[in-house]
Amino acid sequence: MPSPAAAPTSSAVRFDSVGLRYGADGPEVLRDVGFTLPAGSFHFLTGASGAGKSSLLRLIYMGAAPSRGSVSVFGQDTTRITPADRTSMRRRMGVVFHDFRLVDHMTAFDNAALPLRVAGQKPRAYIEDVQELLSWVGLGTRTSSYPPALSAGEKQRLAIARAVVGRPWLILADEPTGAVDDDMAVRILRLFVELNRLGATVLIATHDRELVGRSGMPSLHLERGRLTEGQP
Amino acid sequence: MSAYRPGPLLPAGEGRDAALFTVVAILCFLAVFGAMAAAAADRAAAGWSRSMAAEATVQVNPRPDESGDQAAARAAEVLAGVPGVVETEALERAEAERLLRPWLGESILPDLPLPHLVVVRLDEAQPAPPETLSRALAEAGLDARVDDHSVWRADVGRAALTAQAAAIGLAVLAALAAAASVIFASRAALQARHEMVEVLSLTGATDSFITNLFQSRFAWLAAVAGAAGALAACGLLAALVLGGGDQGLTPALPFDWSDIILAAPAPLLAAGLAALAARLTVGRLLRVAYRTETRG
Repeated sequence: MPSPAAAPTSSAVRFDSVGLRYGADGPEVLRDVGFTLPAGSFHFLTGASGAGKSSLLRLIYMGAAPSRGSVSVFGQDTTRITPADRTSMRRRMGVVFHDFRLVDHMTAFDNAALPLRVAGQKPRAYIEDVQELLSWVGLGTRTSSYPPALSAGEKQRLAIARAVVGRPWLILADEPTGAVDDDMAVRILRLFVELNRLGATVLIATHDRELVGRSGMPSLHLERGRLTEGQP
Repeated sequence: MSAYRPGPLLPAGEGRDAALFTVVAILCFLAVFGAMAAAAADRAAAGWSRSMAAEATVQVNPRPDESGDQAAARAAEVLAGVPGVVETEALERAEAERLLRPWLGESILPDLPLPHLVVVRLDEAQPAPPETLSRALAEAGLDARVDDHSVWRADVGRAALTAQAAAIGLAVLAALAAAASVIFASRAALQARHEMVEVLSLTGATDSFITNLFQSRFAWLAAVAGAAGALAACGLLAALVLGGGDQGLTPALPFDWSDIILAAPAPLLAAGLAALAARLTVGRLLRVAYRTETRG
């Protein structure tokens, strides 16, 4: 299993009075959100569908910029960084997207290895790690399969493998157990806990409050774009 | 996994690539063939002008004591000795009637007063000026008028210039259309792949890595399509040159093997335009991927 290096700053993510609005006349999907995730912490992000969980994650992985307030990741304000800095920060993050965002014309192995490949690593440097990781998420025999041939659960596990393969400092996962059975959900959760134990900061968005309760980990709760629990 | 080789980051071939290939190839064909037609028009204009400049016609008015044919023969003899004249030929009445018969018919020709003409072929390098010819005829006591075809030459020159300008205009229009199509088709194909651009960016690819990836892909596609279009234009040129013998299939528009050189820039230009379009479009997609939402 990949072990992440420790992030150098005390806070991995910090939101200060953050608001997010899509378009000039769109509703504000996040309002006055403020919290800090200490480096090496593990949090759930809960809330009903449409509460703003995916938008909050999007601000962290810099898929959007806040309409107001500031978002800092690894101590850097995401609205004041260069494209090169943004790339460098993304290489320290692993993101599991709600819709997986796998590349259909690439095999499961190539999908999982994508972050290492675009970072310039040679196949011989990552081939064993990727193979081991895919075996660990139960895809050891599906390395040559293409995403359209995988089940929803397999796609989800492949997306998780791709997110963690680069030993990220920060793991963001949007409903990572939404398409797998209970056993696999526990297994995936154990993977995140293990990565957290090795130093990664983890934030998992889910609407499954039972899973949150079972894990015993702290959570942030969003309601209609406002943070109602877990504020600093 | 010992023989593992990573697959391509971009899909090998897609329907939208085939559409882009076809459009670029057709427009490159039109642009190249238009340029070839412009070169042929230029060659035709130069040929017409050169052949008219190398000839003059002298109309002789005979004296009362000699016949028209005698006067024409004497004028031909006088002009043959003028520097800058290669050959002279007195056109006898029978020859003039032969030339006019298809136009006027048989019945009226015997009664028709025909001019007595001398055809003068001039040295193309140093042609004798019309004033010199007139002076030589006057000194020999001949009443004659020299026509150096300057009026016709001007008319033909204007017509040739018009044809040439039309061919160049068509070539330029086709080239512009090809350029616009390469740009729009590349942009459309890239827009269709915006998810791939986003995934690469979010998994840690640098902007330059993504830009170079798409740029080289589209440049190569356009280069091959441009080469195919240029090759097709060369094929048509070969058919026109070979198919019609010395005259070619188009005597009025004399294509030449040397026109093939005009096909050479097509793949390079198409590739350059596609690369530029891809670079600009990917740059915009990457900016949109992290756009600043409305602040307020």
